[in-house]
Amino acid sequence: MAVIDAAASDTVMRAADGTPLKKKLRQAERREQLRALMLIAPLFLFIVVTFLFPIGSMLERAFYDSDVADNLPRTKALLANWDGKEVPGEDVFAAFAADMKAASKVKTVALIGKRLNYEIPAFKSKVVATGRKIDKVEQGPWKEAIIGIDPIWGEVGTWAVVKRSARSFTPFYLLGVLDLRQAADGSIERMPADRAIYVQILGRTFGISFLVTLCTLILGYPVAYLLATIPQRHASILMIFVLLPFWTSLLVRTTAWTILLQDGGVFSQVIHLTGITWLLNVLGLVDGEPQLFKTRFATVLAMTHIQLPFTLLPIYSVMKTISPTYMRAAKSLGGKPFYSFLRVYMPQTMSGVAAGCLLTFILSLGYYITPALVGGGTDSMIAGFIDTAMNSEANWGKASALGFMLLASTLVLYYVYNRLIGIDRMKLG
Amino acid sequence: MALPAYATPGERIAYYALRLFVGLVLLFLISPILAIMPLSFNSESFFTYPMPGFSLKWYIGDEGFFTNGRWTGALYLSVIVAVSTTALASVLGTLAALGLARANLPGRAAIMAVLISPMIVPVIISAIGLFFFYASPWVGLNGTIPGIILAHTALATPFVVITVTATLMSFDRTLMRAGASCGAPPHTVFFKVVMPLILPGVISGGLFAFVTSFDEVIVILFIGGPEQRTLPRQMFAGIREQISPTITAAATVLILFSTALLITVELLRRRAERLRGIRN
Repeated sequence: MAVIDAAASDTVMRAADGTPLKKKLRQAERREQLRALMLIAPLFLFIVVTFLFPIGSMLERAFYDSDVADNLPRTKALLANWDGKEVPGEDVFAAFAADMKAASKVKTVALIGKRLNYEIPAFKSKVVATGRKIDKVEQGPWKEAIIGIDPIWGEVGTWAVVKRSARSFTPFYLLGVLDLRQAADGSIERMPADRAIYVQILGRTFGISFLVTLCTLILGYPVAYLLATIPQRHASILMIFVLLPFWTSLLVRTTAWTILLQDGGVFSQVIHLTGITWLLNVLGLVDGEPQLFKTRFATVLAMTHIQLPFTLLPIYSVMKTISPTYMRAAKSLGGKPFYSFLRVYMPQTMSGVAAGCLLTFILSLGYYITPALVGGGTDSMIAGFIDTAMNSEANWGKASALGFMLLASTLVLYYVYNRLIGIDRMKLG
Repeated sequence: MALPAYATPGERIAYYALRLFVGLVLLFLISPILAIMPLSFNSESFFTYPMPGFSLKWYIGDEGFFTNGRWTGALYLSVIVAVSTTALASVLGTLAALGLARANLPGRAAIMAVLISPMIVPVIISAIGLFFFYASPWVGLNGTIPGIILAHTALATPFVVITVTATLMSFDRTLMRAGASCGAPPHTVFFKVVMPLILPGVISGGLFAFVTSFDEVIVILFIGGPEQRTLPRQMFAGIREQISPTITAAATVLILFSTALLITVELLRRRAERLRGIRN
C-alpha cells in the first residue's frame, strides 16, 4: 500500500511553490467566492437593515402589543392567578388603582383605554374617566370605590378582557382580521355580524384581482398573438401602443382615468356618442347616464388598463419562441384552423399565460392608489383598509395584521411563480 | 402571417376579426394617455371635449406647472430625490450583480430572494414598515430627505440588479481573461473591457431606478413630512382635494418624459445587441 501511495503522490501536479495544483485551484475558487460575496455584501446589508428589518418589526406588531402589560404591571401580575370565575378580590382592585394612578401621572391611561376599547365598544371614555376619578381617591377599600365610579368594573367579562389584553403576545389582531375573537373563556368564536367585515374585504380583494387578471388575459392574449406572428417591423410599431402605457407612471394613468371617468366627462361622452349609453338604456341596465366614477366598474377598468402590459408581455415573449412550422404541420395533417390553434398552439403558450396572469394577480392584490382615487373609498381593497387602520384609526396592531395577511398571500403566490417561471427571469419591458 | 389566397371564408372572418379586436385593445391602451394631453391646453378649467379655447396658462400661468411655486418646488424635490436614488441604487445594484454573476456562489437563490424582496413586498407594507422604523427615536428619519432617498433606494435596487444580471448573463467572461493575459491589471480590465460592455445594462437599470423613485407615491405619503411634497405626492393631493387642470399639465409632462425614457432604453438595447454582435 505504502508503495502505491508514494507513487501516486509523485504524479500529483504541483505549482511552482510546491503546493498541489488541486489545492491551488480550490484556494483560487474560494478567493473568487469571497470576492463575489464582498461585492454583494453592501447591498445585502443595506436591504436587510433598511428594508427587511423594518418589515419584520412591523409584522411583530400583529402579534405583540404591550400597551396594557406595560401600564398595568401590578394588575397583570395578580390577574395571572385569577381563575376568571367571579369578580377579582380587593387585592386586584388595589393593584389596579395603583397602576391607574401611576398611568395618570405619565399620561398613558388613554393607551390602556384604546387597547381595551378594541374588545369592549365605547370603553375608552370609561377607562379615561375611571383614571381621572381614581386619582382623587386617597384610600380604599378600592373595590367599592372603583365599582362605584363605573359599575362595568363589577363585571367578570371586563376583567377577562383586561387579563387577556395584558398578555403582550396576543392573537387578538390576527383573529380580528379573520373576523374571529376570543370569548371570555378563551375559546375562539365568530365576530358578531355587525363587526365582521374583514373576511369580506379579503374576498373582495381576491375577487377584484381575479376579475382584473381575467380581463387582461382576454384582452391581452389576442394582441400578443398578433404581435408575435406579424412581421417584426410592424410588430415593433404596434408594440409602442403597449410599451408607452407600460412606461407611463401608474399615478399618471390613474390620474387620466380619474379625469376621464368624471360624471359627464370624456368617457361618458364617448359611450354616449358610440351609442353604448343608448344600448344600456334599451337593455334596461341603467336609467339615463350611467354612473361611472367611484364604482367597482371604474376600478376594474382602470386596473385592467394598468395591468394589461404586465400580462401581455410575458405571453408575447413566449409566443415569439414558437415556430410557425408547428401550426403548418398541424394544418397539413388535416387539423382545422381553430382545432389546430386549440390543440397545438395554445398549450405551448401556457407558460407565458401562467407567468403573466400570476404577475398581474399578485400586483393587483396590493393595489392602493387606483381603488382609492378611481373606485371611491367605500369599495377599497385590503391595502386601502391598511391605510385606514394606520391613519384614521391609529390601530397599528390591526394595520400590521392586515399587512401580514396581504404579505402572506403575496409570498405564497410568488413562491408558486418562482417554482413555475423563476423569479430572476422576470422581464422588465 | 398574411392571409393566404386559399383561405376559407371562416379563416377570412377570423383574420379580420382578430385585427379589429387587437385594434380596439390597442386603442383602449393608448387612448387615456392621448386623451389627457390636449385637456392640459384648455382655456377653461373643466375636462370635456370640445374645448372652448386654447391656452398655455396651466403651464406658465399663475397656477402653471412651470411657474407656480408649489409645483416647481415639487418637481425640484422629485428630481433631487430621484437623482440621488439613481446614483446610490446603480452603484449598489451593479456591484451586487457583478458578485452574483460569479460562478457557483453558495446560497445564490437565497441571496437573490433578499436582494429583490423590495420589488415583491406590496408597497403599502414597505411604507408602513419604513414609517415605524423611521419613527423610532434612534433612527428619526421621518420627514427628512435622506430618509426618502434611502427608502427609494431600497425600492429601486432590485430593478438595477435584475437588469445588470441579465446583461452579464450574455457577457463573455473570456474577454476578461483575454484582457488579463494581455497584461492589464484587474481594475483596468473592469473599466476598459467590462464596463463598456455592460454599460447599456447599467444605464437601463439606472433609468428604472430613476423612474421608480420619480413615480413613487405610497411610501412618500407615509414617511414624508408636510414639506416633502414630491411631484407624485403633489398630484395625489391634487386629485384627492380638488382637481385642477394643472394636474393634466403635470401628467402631460410626465408622459412626454416617459416617452423619452422609452426611446432611450430601446436605443440602449439595440446598442447592446450590436456590441455583442447579436442580430435578429
